[in-house]
Amino acid sequence: MEEESDTRKINNSFLRDHNYATEADIISTVEFNSSGELLATGDKGGRVVVFQREQESKSQPQRRGEYNVYSTFQSHEPEFDYLKSLEIEEKINKIKWLPQQHAAYFLLSTNDKTVKLWKISERDKRPEGYNLKDEDGRIRNPLTITSLRVPVLQPMDLMVEATARRVFSNAHTYHINSISVNSDLQTFISTDDLRVNLWNLEITDRSFNIVDIKPANMEELTEVITSAEFHPQQCHTFAYSSSKGSIRLCDMRQAALCDKHCKYSPLADHRAILQASAEQEGGEGWGCEEEEVEKDFEEPEDPSTRSFFSEIISSISDVKFSHNGRYLMTRDYLTVKVWDLQMENKPLETYQVHDYLRGKLCSLYENDCIFDKFECVWNGSDSVIMTGSYNNFFRMFDRNTKRDVTLEASRENSKPRAILKPRKVCVGGKRRKDEISVDSLDFSKKILHTTWHPHENIIAVAATNNLYIFQDKVN
Amino acid sequence: MSATTAMEVNAEARRILAVSISKLYASRTQRGGLRLHRSLLLSMVMRSARDIYHSSRECEGPSDAQPTQEEPMDTSSSLEEQTGLPEPVQPEPQPALNSTELPPEEPDSAEEDSDSEITEDKENLSPRRQSRKRRGKVSAAPDFLPSKRARLEPGEERYAAPLGSCRAGAGESLTALSLNRVIPAF
Repeated sequence: MEEESDTRKINNSFLRDHNYATEADIISTVEFNSSGELLATGDKGGRVVVFQREQESKSQPQRRGEYNVYSTFQSHEPEFDYLKSLEIEEKINKIKWLPQQHAAYFLLSTNDKTVKLWKISERDKRPEGYNLKDEDGRIRNPLTITSLRVPVLQPMDLMVEATARRVFSNAHTYHINSISVNSDLQTFISTDDLRVNLWNLEITDRSFNIVDIKPANMEELTEVITSAEFHPQQCHTFAYSSSKGSIRLCDMRQAALCDKHCKYSPLADHRAILQASAEQEGGEGWGCEEEEVEKDFEEPEDPSTRSFFSEIISSISDVKFSHNGRYLMTRDYLTVKVWDLQMENKPLETYQVHDYLRGKLCSLYENDCIFDKFECVWNGSDSVIMTGSYNNFFRMFDRNTKRDVTLEASRENSKPRAILKPRKVCVGGKRRKDEISVDSLDFSKKILHTTWHPHENIIAVAATNNLYIFQDKVN
Repeated sequence: MSATTAMEVNAEARRILAVSISKLYASRTQRGGLRLHRSLLLSMVMRSARDIYHSSRECEGPSDAQPTQEEPMDTSSSLEEQTGLPEPVQPEPQPALNSTELPPEEPDSAEEDSDSEITEDKENLSPRRQSRKRRGKVSAAPDFLPSKRARLEPGEERYAAPLGSCRAGAGESLTALSLNRVIPAF
């Protein structure tokens, strides 16, 4: 598919210390809203920048819907947990938009410990003609007031304000890795390494723990939760992925008994007890045990491929439901897999993202790259999936034609309205002119976060501290 | 497995162990505190490396000095004990990097290092024992250090172990050295 390069984020930092500036500007999450009109990015410095798509104008048809900065605000600040003597990073781990119901926009942003609901609203009018004060704000001399007037709303320059409407805190002992808004638009889940908590958007002092995989003895810990997401249509269904490479699909409605440490087995034997109990100060519990039915998606391991790093590369870094709700996509270090929700024993499709790295796992372990958590994303029609790689490469896989393409997000290759050239990594033997060899890959340039417009072929790709937005070429 | 590849694997495993230990150290000073997932993955790699190291040592043949075989087992396992010390204040304890010494009257428990912790591991073919002891940070006394008792693997015979050969050889100094640095740090 041919793509066109469009906007580039300007690094707004003027700090003199280059290293600090770069560190805080590293983009840690990107997310389109449900209409695709807005694009939010979060960075390591705790800031959120929201871009808005320009209305298409007839006078300048070539500037079709560019994204420009709409609002910038500081979502999270660094904190210090005095009890545990731990610093809490302000890095934004995830942003999730709420579907728009009114004029204002709402999004949830989270760092390691706290989720916040932000309201982004526009103000383009202000009242003028007060009685007791004049336009500068100075108090008028009461003796000069001879008549009363009603203040009138006058247009003003557009101002976009972001206010924190809710703060959901003190519910997570471990680091929050994901949040997901329910399709009922009333609840959301926040997930840390061992627990998933269910919140009501209106209530901040109470959450319900619906998954807890913490063993009684922490020394027996073998897996952690790496991501969780609600089903896009079924408000009672959510999935969570583990570091062992399995995904569990949970139904919050039914009651059943289980053993939390069961291995894969048919659905009838495979249920989980999950508690519903209020955490934090003084909240009363529901008094009943809410239990869930679980489905475990796991591919049996091939013993011939076992190595030092088998566990690390099988750890799932991201899980995403398809828009139609029939499939699940998971990303582990080397592959992307598409699962059919009806079939638990093996994935429907497996795509190799950068299999040439399989022989380099040892060096990737030494330079910490093997711990990188790549995300994956569906396009609007669920026909194409996309994920990032190293050297600022990102890959797209067409599920229907089985074709795939590797593209690069870099300043040199991305002049406005330039067409992206497919890239290729040479895995051995003779290297052709345009190919790049595995050893020349720059592992410090990684694309971990990408997002796809919900309806159109517009993608946003975060490459360290730069944001690239690519659109499909339309004649 | 030939002797040379066994040696290569051996060296590789030791190197990975050393790298893992330094990563574990670095993660303690990281901003944001210990990451549970990362610590868990590190401990899994260390366990894999240790297991592969042992199996490659076995391939080198039993004529290779058994005492030196004990040394890396002990140092790496007690190393794990060290790094697995749960800190009472921190509610994010280091996972899974723990080992207990088995009572010496049960030498035939596993084909791998007999005093390492159970956490479920696909490579294990025989059942392991649960950790019964909880190592507190408070215990500064070296009672958690493994004693230099020779432990028999199943199928192996006890050889006369000359005095002094239990000391770590040059090749083992890596893991032994790390152990010495670990203790004062805690």
